Amino acid sequence: MNKDRTLVQIALYAAVIAALGLLPKFNIPVAGGVPLTAQTLGLMLAGIMLGPVRGFLSVALFILVVALGAPLLAGGRGGLGVFAGPTVGFIVGFPFAALVTGLMMQQLKNVNLFAAALISSIVGGIIVLYAFGIPGMVAMTSLDFSGAAKAILVFIPGDIIKALIAALIAQSVLRAMPGIIPSR
Amino acid sequence: MITLYLARSSWLHHLPAGFKLCLLAASSMLILPVTQLELMLASMLATALLYVTLGGRGWQHLNMVKPLLPFLAVIMAFHFWAGSAYEGGVSVLRLVTMFLLANLITLTTRMTDMMAALQPVFWPLQWVGISPRALALAVALMVRFAPVLVLVMYNLDEAWKARGGKKQKWRLIVPLIIQAIRLSDHVAEALTARGGSSKISVRPIEVRR
Repeated sequence: MNKDRTLVQIALYAAVIAALGLLPKFNIPVAGGVPLTAQTLGLMLAGIMLGPVRGFLSVALFILVVALGAPLLAGGRGGLGVFAGPTVGFIVGFPFAALVTGLMMQQLKNVNLFAAALISSIVGGIIVLYAFGIPGMVAMTSLDFSGAAKAILVFIPGDIIKALIAALIAQSVLRAMPGIIPSR
Repeated sequence: MITLYLARSSWLHHLPAGFKLCLLAASSMLILPVTQLELMLASMLATALLYVTLGGRGWQHLNMVKPLLPFLAVIMAFHFWAGSAYEGGVSVLRLVTMFLLANLITLTTRMTDMMAALQPVFWPLQWVGISPRALALAVALMVRFAPVLVLVMYNLDEAWKARGGKKQKWRLIVPLIIQAIRLSDHVAEALTARGGSSKISVRPIEVRR
C-alpha cells in the first residue's frame, strides 16, 4: 500500500470519527438513560477497519485536531480545555484503545469476524480505554480509585452495546467491500 | 469548518501562541498543588475575570463549562458520600479553573498558529518516519473532510427518514464508512496524480466559523 493512500486513509477515518461525534445523541434503547455517543464506537471501528498502526495514527490525528481547537468531541467539546477536564484519561487512551483493538483483530485472525470484532472491541475499546480513563479521573478529581470506578460504571453496559454494534458494522462493511478489513 | 476560535483582537489574541502555551503550563503547575478552598475559589474567579477582559461578550464563553457540570456534580456527590466534601470542593474548583484557562488559549489562538507553535513538539516524530509535511497534510485533509462526512451522514439520515426508518440510526454508519473508503481512494489517487504527499505543498488550513 503506497504512502499517499495510507495518509489519506488515516485522515479520512479521523474525519469519520469526527462525523460520528457530531451526530445527535445516538438512540440506543437499552442503556438505561445514560447518554451514549458514537465516538467510542469510532475508536473500536478504527482498530478493526484500519489495523493497529493506522488505527492508532488516525485516532491520534483526531485528538490532535481536537487539541488544536476543533469542537469535534461528542457534544461539541474541543480545544485544550478537554485536556484539563475529568475525562482527560479517556481522551489520552483513545488512540491506545484503537491500537489494542487492531492488535486483537490480528491475534484473532482465524476466529469468525463477528466474534473477533466483538472481543477486540471489548478488550481495546472498554478494558484498555478504562485502564487509561479511571486513573485519569483519579488524578483530576482526587476521588479514590474505587470511587472513580463506581462513578463511570454506569457507562459499561452502553459500551458493551457499542462493541456489539461495532462488530455488526464490521460484518456489514466486509460484506459490502470484501477484503477491506486488513486482518481478513 | 467549525472552530472554537473567537475572531476578535484582544490582548490575549496578540500574545504569541507558544508563549500562551507556556503560560498555560506554568499556571497549571501553580494551580495543581493548591489545597485551600478560598485560594482555589479566588483563582477561579480571577480566571473568569480574564474572560471579561476579552471584551464584548467574551464572558459569555464561560458557558463552555456547561457540558462539564453533570460530571462535576457526580464528582462532588462521590466526595460528599466519602466524607471529603472539602477536598471535593477544591478539586471541582480546580477542574473548572484549569478547564477555563485552557479554553482561553483555544478561544484566542488560531488553529494554524497553534499548529505552528506545536511544531517543536512534533519534531521528534521524524525519527519514526512522520514528516512535519505529512502531518500538516493529514491535519488539513481531516479538517477539510470532517464537514464533508458530516454532510454525507446528514444525507444518509434524510434518506433513512424518507424510507420510514426510525431508531437504530447506527445502521447508517455502515454506508458512512463505505462512502468514506471510496472517497479516500479518490482523494489518494488525486494526491498521487499531483506528485504525492511528499511533493505537494500544504496551504495553512483556512478555518472559518
